Amino acid sequence: MSVQNGSEKKDHWHRRLLEGRVGLFAVLTTVVISIGGIVEIVPMFSVRAGPPPLEGVTPYSPLELAGRDIYIREGCYTCHSQMVRPMRAELQRYGEWTRAGELVYDRPFQLGSRRIGPDLQRVGGKYPDAWHYEHMREPRSTSPGSIMPAYPWLLTRRIDARDVTRSVTAMQRMGVPYMGVTEETVASSLRTQGGIITRSLAAMNIETEPDREIVALIAYLQRLGRDGSTALERRALDGTDGAAPGSDASGDPHDAVRGQAPRNPHGPAGAGSEVSGTTAGQP
Amino acid sequence: MEKSERGGVAVMTDAREAKLEPFARSPVAAVYDDDIVRKFFGATVLWALVGMLVGVVVALQLVWPAANGGVPYTSFGRLRPLHTNAVIFAFTGNICFTGIYYSLQRLLKVRMWSDTLSQLHFWGWQAIIVLAAVTLPLGMTQAKEYAELIWPIDLLIAVVWVIFAVNFFMTIARRRVQHLYVAIWFYISFVITIPVLHIVNSLAVPATLARSYPVFAGLTDGLVQWWYGHNAVGFFLTTPLLGLMYYFLPRAAERPVYSYRLSIVHFWALVFLYIWAGPHHLLYSALPEWAQTLGMVFSIMLLAPSWGGMLNGLLTLKGAWDRVRTDPVLKFMVVAVSFYGMATFEGPLMSIRAVNGLAHYTNWVIGHVHSGALGWVGMISFAVLYWLAPRLWNRPLAKPGWATTHFWLATVGIVLYTVSMWAAGLTEGLMWRAVDGAGQLQYPNFTEIVHQLQPFYVLRLAGGVLYLTGAVMMAWNFVLTARGGRGDSIPSSPATATV
Repeated sequence: MSVQNGSEKKDHWHRRLLEGRVGLFAVLTTVVISIGGIVEIVPMFSVRAGPPPLEGVTPYSPLELAGRDIYIREGCYTCHSQMVRPMRAELQRYGEWTRAGELVYDRPFQLGSRRIGPDLQRVGGKYPDAWHYEHMREPRSTSPGSIMPAYPWLLTRRIDARDVTRSVTAMQRMGVPYMGVTEETVASSLRTQGGIITRSLAAMNIETEPDREIVALIAYLQRLGRDGSTALERRALDGTDGAAPGSDASGDPHDAVRGQAPRNPHGPAGAGSEVSGTTAGQP
Repeated sequence: MEKSERGGVAVMTDAREAKLEPFARSPVAAVYDDDIVRKFFGATVLWALVGMLVGVVVALQLVWPAANGGVPYTSFGRLRPLHTNAVIFAFTGNICFTGIYYSLQRLLKVRMWSDTLSQLHFWGWQAIIVLAAVTLPLGMTQAKEYAELIWPIDLLIAVVWVIFAVNFFMTIARRRVQHLYVAIWFYISFVITIPVLHIVNSLAVPATLARSYPVFAGLTDGLVQWWYGHNAVGFFLTTPLLGLMYYFLPRAAERPVYSYRLSIVHFWALVFLYIWAGPHHLLYSALPEWAQTLGMVFSIMLLAPSWGGMLNGLLTLKGAWDRVRTDPVLKFMVVAVSFYGMATFEGPLMSIRAVNGLAHYTNWVIGHVHSGALGWVGMISFAVLYWLAPRLWNRPLAKPGWATTHFWLATVGIVLYTVSMWAAGLTEGLMWRAVDGAGQLQYPNFTEIVHQLQPFYVLRLAGGVLYLTGAVMMAWNFVLTARGGRGDSIPSSPATATV
């Protein structure tokens, strides 16, 4: 039989010791394929190996988490990255490059692998809420020439507080610092933050309700990269803690949300998920 | 070696062959299970068509967004994972199992250990694929590339894989040939590594039946994902298919493998080096510099064992090159191995930091993936299918001419696909970074760059349609062959005589 080349050649040590013994062969294969992964991945669990977590980066509020789940469901990551690379053109196009310490609450990570559309890691605050609403309804109404699909169903489908509570609870189980999580507190947090966005849309003559999926998605998109930007600005000011959360130059209507967001470390403001403000490493 | 093969039954009669290996002393009649091979064969062809069709649909959507029908289930973000999962786990998975079940029994001169486990493996794997085809359009996903399937399906994958592994290793344990042929080493690395990658990358805490969150967060999650993702390429799309190459290429060429020593060296080097290369997907991220550098350096080193495999394949054809002109099976194999060499040159090139800065996030990556998927995986799979069909149904291929037509459609399709994606990738990569004399972005409007890519997207679509057309011809050819077509029950010559 032709494929059995070498069967008649003289015996080499490896033929006797290895290639005739499947158990040993399998064990050796397992060892060989494990080395690379162990060397590269295990050090990531030590906080000191990576850049220190950015101070001021807080977990997603229930509404933002619900919006993130919609982002995942629709497969936005297949066209949009969330990683600004430290390159001149990218800093100009998108803003500050993405730090590891900004991503500690991202489960799953959404760095992406393809930019059919632009990067979204610093999209928070870049456009008003109404822009996102119109863009999801019909992308070409805000971005002529775009090849993004329309997402009209986000305008009518609703999020469910009980469902969001399950997500928050699962996150909590992995050490994400949420406190006082019950269905009531989550529902109240969803109403509060959703109400702010609904009012900002109403000011632009867009009628919607706080529990629509589009509202949750806007909450998530408007939040992307903002904690990190704020922390980096503060760091750039060399220790001066001047920048209040959310008060960046764009002055969009979303600033209101930042002020009383349920993520606010010190004031629960009737929200369901008061969270600790520190992010001492990856939970 | 002489052997008569009728339906699923193959009887070994050759005593001379048995003398070669001490374990094969007794001229026991070995009855191979070819029913399972025919099942996996059929599934391979079916899922190939589905996976490629979905690919063509998403390619069309990039040219014409309204092609998603305006409903959630067929929007790009939900269909693209369906395309990748169907092509990787349904098409490639099934061809690997087809080839393994056929060749393992013959290389070890023993029937699969348990027919029940073989059947459970087959139906379990198809159930996973059907579940994937239902859940992904519904938006049930974990959003990690090629690991999108929700956690209950992940559990099912682990269970089915254990069933396969037990059957696989028990068959090897009961073999009648002591020495394990090169192809089996590659199968072993496939059977062992895939569950390791799958289980670690899928560790998650469920929130609901369809939703879970990974235990890793942020960049750590990214590193684990690309350790998985790149080795899905390495151990799902490369090593099992190299195993198929080592079995089916010498069989088709009727030549022994060029170098046994080279196969040892490149096997161990390949399985050792592949695992390190994942971080090249995270260059210029906030991943620690040392990890990025390791990923880059090991990716470059990976060129050597990859080309070792390519050369061993091509040089095996020494003395059989005249037959490449006439035999479609060899044609597919030559192009497959050549694309394997090309894609494994391109990969290390793109892992170099400076090149990656231009290539990352662009269509160049898509072109690279498809020169591997269409060129290597697809073409070697077609070769194996065309070689197997006459032997599994014991009659000649119904339309031999169609196989050659398929070959040319596929080859032209790949060229259109990869060339248009290279051009598109370079175009967008350069436009993203272009700055004018004043240091300002030359193309600040992203959609302006998107617009420039439209002609390339049309060309890519044409390439995909050609490739799919060839696959449809192949499927129809197999249907005719299995049904009896013309020349019913005439054994194909001369190859069946030497199985």
